[in-house]
Amino acid sequence: MTALLLRDLKLSVRAGGGALIGVLFFMTVVAVIPFGVGPDLNLLSRIGPAIVWIGALLSALLGLDRLFQTEREDGSLDLLLMQEHPLVLTVLVKCLAHWLGNGLPLVIASPLLGLFMNMDEVAIGATMLTLLVGTPALTFIGAVGAAVAVALPRGGLLVSILVLPLAIPVLIFGVSASYAAVEDPAPFMPPFLILVAITMFFAVLGPLGAALALRNAGD
Amino acid sequence: MIKILMKVSSMRLLAENLSARRGEDLIFTDISFDLGAGESLVLTGRNGSGKSTLLRVVAGLLHPETGRVVWTSESSESGMRAAEACHYLGHRNAMKAELTVAENLAFWKSFFGDVDGGKGISPAEAAETVGLGGILHLPFGYLSAGQQRRMAFAKLLVAYRPVWILDEPTAALDVNAEGAFTGLINAHLAAGGIVLAATHQPLGLENARELQMTGFAGVGEERW
Repeated sequence: MTALLLRDLKLSVRAGGGALIGVLFFMTVVAVIPFGVGPDLNLLSRIGPAIVWIGALLSALLGLDRLFQTEREDGSLDLLLMQEHPLVLTVLVKCLAHWLGNGLPLVIASPLLGLFMNMDEVAIGATMLTLLVGTPALTFIGAVGAAVAVALPRGGLLVSILVLPLAIPVLIFGVSASYAAVEDPAPFMPPFLILVAITMFFAVLGPLGAALALRNAGD
Repeated sequence: MIKILMKVSSMRLLAENLSARRGEDLIFTDISFDLGAGESLVLTGRNGSGKSTLLRVVAGLLHPETGRVVWTSESSESGMRAAEACHYLGHRNAMKAELTVAENLAFWKSFFGDVDGGKGISPAEAAETVGLGGILHLPFGYLSAGQQRRMAFAKLLVAYRPVWILDEPTAALDVNAEGAFTGLINAHLAAGGIVLAATHQPLGLENARELQMTGFAGVGEERW
């Protein structure tokens, strides 16, 4: 299993891997917002956490369809399915590798983009923390979509649309926790803990659903 | 010596009344075979007659419409899926073009693990065995089609599986490599392995049984 984790990490940083693409897309989305909205610094800092979260959500969805499709295209998926290891575990490890390769760079890049949005230190810290906790949930949810659409050519957009409704709660609680950290009356912990719960919930349900879909995708 | 023979002879790959469906059509019905240690079965037949489908059913990648595949051996616990005792070499090589050959082979060796009763060889030795010892450091994508196929074959050697399921194993290979592969397959059989292969070219296996697949085009219409 460690071998699978290492292999997927290597693949995500080598040519054709999605790690850099995701970060670049994230930067593009967030960097154009100040130009579109205009130089109103108060407005920018007010919408900052939401924009950074939306950018991260879109970038996280971007590379998800390749999670199982590349494996299927070169025939590796067949061999992954045949082994003694429980398929759920294989999927979980692939999700972890995908998050380390594609999700974690987004979290690391988010403070820089927070500066673009004129966010103060607390808001930047809160957004980074909520992204760290919330983006794994996006990967786990996306794994189900990727598994369902594994046999479809050009299933990328379909995967995004399939998983978007499930990703909305992550966005809602991620953004509300980020705002709660800067706006006084709202408490930070309740939305943050719900975000943690969503991630843990999908860490169990996502690999199960994806494994089930892969088993029955037989072709 | 007797003990070894007994251990070998207890392995058995049994298929009972297999039939498979693709969409509305039954591809084949009621195929049964029983392979013991050292035995091989070669599937022949025209394109579309269901050779690959049968192999995928045996490998557990397709659900059979009826029937079942059972694997028994001395060391396997009950309830072990037949697929876990199998190596499957399909049309695609299951190697990553971005990784070097050595990385590919080392990954599969570690991920496969050995099934009881044998041991895989190291990636370097496996590459040597298929005649490509010097190019382990190259990305897999840089190799020619024939070299890629050979390396995919080397994958079967790095981890031990008693059953080899080979789908057109000699596609894209030159005559020398074909001969070398036949040698490797025969060595696997001599060591008590089981081979299930679909092929158009005669593989030249020793005492192989042959199953002529005819296909069932037309069954679909009858059902209507």
